[in-house]
Amino acid sequence: MNVIFKRLSAVLCAAAVIGLSGCTGAVQASDGTAEAETEESEAQTLTVEDMDYYTRFKGQDISINVYNWGEYICTGADEGTLNVNAEFTKLTGIKVNYTNYATNEELYAKLKGGGASYDVIIPSDYMISKMIKEDMIQPLDFDNIPNFRYIMPSFVDPAYDPENAYSVPYTWGTVGLIYNTTQIDIPKEEIDWDILWNEDYADQILMFDNPRDAFAIAEIMMGYSLNTEDKDELTAAANKLKEQKSVVQAYVMDEIFDKMAANDAWIAPYYAGDALTILDENEDLDFAVPKSGTNLFIDAMCIPTGAKQKEAAEMYINFMCEPDIAYANIDYICYSTPHSAAYEMLDEETRENPVSYPGDEYLDEHTTIFVNLSDEANLQMQTLWTEMKSAENQNTNLWLVPTFLLLCLGLIIFTLIRRYVKKKKDIY
Amino acid sequence: MKKLKVFATPYLVWMAVFIVVPLLMVAYFAFTDEEGHFTMDYIAGVGQYANIFVRSIWLAVIATVICLVLAYPVSFILSRMKKHHQATMLMIVMLPMWMNFLLRTYAWMTLLGNNGIINNILGFFGLGPFKLINTEGAVVLGMVYNYLPFMILPLYSVMVKIDKSLIEAASDLGCNPVKVLFRVVVPLSVPGIMSGVTMVFVPAISTFIISRMLGGGSNLLIGDLIEMQFLGNSYNPHLGAGISLVLMVIILVIMTLMNQFNPDDQVLI
Repeated sequence: MNVIFKRLSAVLCAAAVIGLSGCTGAVQASDGTAEAETEESEAQTLTVEDMDYYTRFKGQDISINVYNWGEYICTGADEGTLNVNAEFTKLTGIKVNYTNYATNEELYAKLKGGGASYDVIIPSDYMISKMIKEDMIQPLDFDNIPNFRYIMPSFVDPAYDPENAYSVPYTWGTVGLIYNTTQIDIPKEEIDWDILWNEDYADQILMFDNPRDAFAIAEIMMGYSLNTEDKDELTAAANKLKEQKSVVQAYVMDEIFDKMAANDAWIAPYYAGDALTILDENEDLDFAVPKSGTNLFIDAMCIPTGAKQKEAAEMYINFMCEPDIAYANIDYICYSTPHSAAYEMLDEETRENPVSYPGDEYLDEHTTIFVNLSDEANLQMQTLWTEMKSAENQNTNLWLVPTFLLLCLGLIIFTLIRRYVKKKKDIY
Repeated sequence: MKKLKVFATPYLVWMAVFIVVPLLMVAYFAFTDEEGHFTMDYIAGVGQYANIFVRSIWLAVIATVICLVLAYPVSFILSRMKKHHQATMLMIVMLPMWMNFLLRTYAWMTLLGNNGIINNILGFFGLGPFKLINTEGAVVLGMVYNYLPFMILPLYSVMVKIDKSLIEAASDLGCNPVKVLFRVVVPLSVPGIMSGVTMVFVPAISTFIISRMLGGGSNLLIGDLIEMQFLGNSYNPHLGAGISLVLMVIILVIMTLMNQFNPDDQVLI
């Protein structure tokens, strides 16, 4: 997974949303619309079960807008793999306009702001429950998605979509700890979240720059639910994060990739799928699945309310669940798959890898899926987070603000006097 | 002359649609709640972030002053060079700007890192490692590096118009070089200083990429705060608009103050 592209597009999109920074320059390649090309693919040939189903819309010149995470689909760039979007167009005659986003919040802001029409989106768990609550996504017609039968039973009826009416799981993964084995001399099995608070590693620790993920770590350590809305528990978790601040080198998200790969830090929380990619780049790194539990995240395909081509979108979702396609995607993006047939097609090494597939027992006992929090809890979390991050300057603001205002006032008076004097002098 | 006004229409339309209307929308969002009722809550709520505002202003002021100090002599020397040398030198000043802003800042991340190039070189001489990245100093450095050309260019374009004979006359009439600088060159270059300061200070105060990439996420600036309202944990465009509005007012106040130092016939705001 190419994190740099994801990150650049994140930054650019953020810049576009606020329009504050002066960096509206080039590098749009990562963010641009990548239209699926209909060239003949010389890679493996695709077999689907029900050809008639897919050819219904042929010749009608339909196009759908798919909005997905960056680098989250098989593009056929590696030899012998499928270009999924192109295959879909070839099979169905439906054109795919494919665009990327970098965070769930960006997706939400884009849909909420209106003006954009998408037919398929792939948000994560908590965002799906938020969108269900706000009527931003619509129920799917599962008669049009027969391949849903491949989804493993443990991923059907998830907490964020209890009746499984709105979403079809695409990938999943866990959050764990990535660490440098040359610096940290603790057996892998014993590594747990408290290592992120360990003063021996002060200034070598990276932390998530995202309140939901950061609070989750504190909540696991304190034995709270990851979906707690209790005010006191949230405050206690924020205090826990405040304690950590003195040993944290930086609060970052995608930068974790570069910093860990360059040995700039020793330990960081990270998503399992991306972590596997870093392990390939730096042999000193290893990935531990914390024993006290973690967050299980699921990204699932949904159709926004107001999608113009609902049936074609359902066809696309069904296509993504074709065993060959699901395998091509999961093989490319390295996350874990909820698709039983694709899982069977993976090689044994991947299937046995505890980072990607930690086993049903661990998943049942020790992982929790995020669901959406109430507006009040979200707001409290955000406020606590901002307060935590800007805490060190808290005590100085008492005199800085009045000083600044006085300075302004002084300057105004000074210039007024200066002008007055000048005018008097200027008798000509 | 009157007929020529017609050519300004495209820009006027552009300005109305893409500058005035969005500004009004920011103001509308800042003063309303989700149901569209009038409220002052969001503007009042900005007060709790006073320390972030102070830090942003402070860092932007430091960056602007450093830019001015660095750019002033460079611009002066540049403007006194032979014409064809000027073109080459200007190109060198502009050269970093040909590369994307984000990539340039990324480069600083690798330079300043704990195992970065600078610490490696210092380590070779037995020094360090120093904590360079994730500090306020790194944020200021990023601002100075990225915005320095915006200070040099306006200063240069004003200074290049200063007639050489004025400087010669001042020296001839008994001014020493220091006096020439402060009585002739500086007063004549005030408009350049003003526009340079504006062009550095305004983007510096509202940046959020630099502080995130070089500040390690614990040096929040106003830009980060506004971004968090839109892409953070809770989607809150009203507070975001409120903060933006307060920021704009602060910039306006500071710019108005600055302009008092301009010669009277060249007041910008």
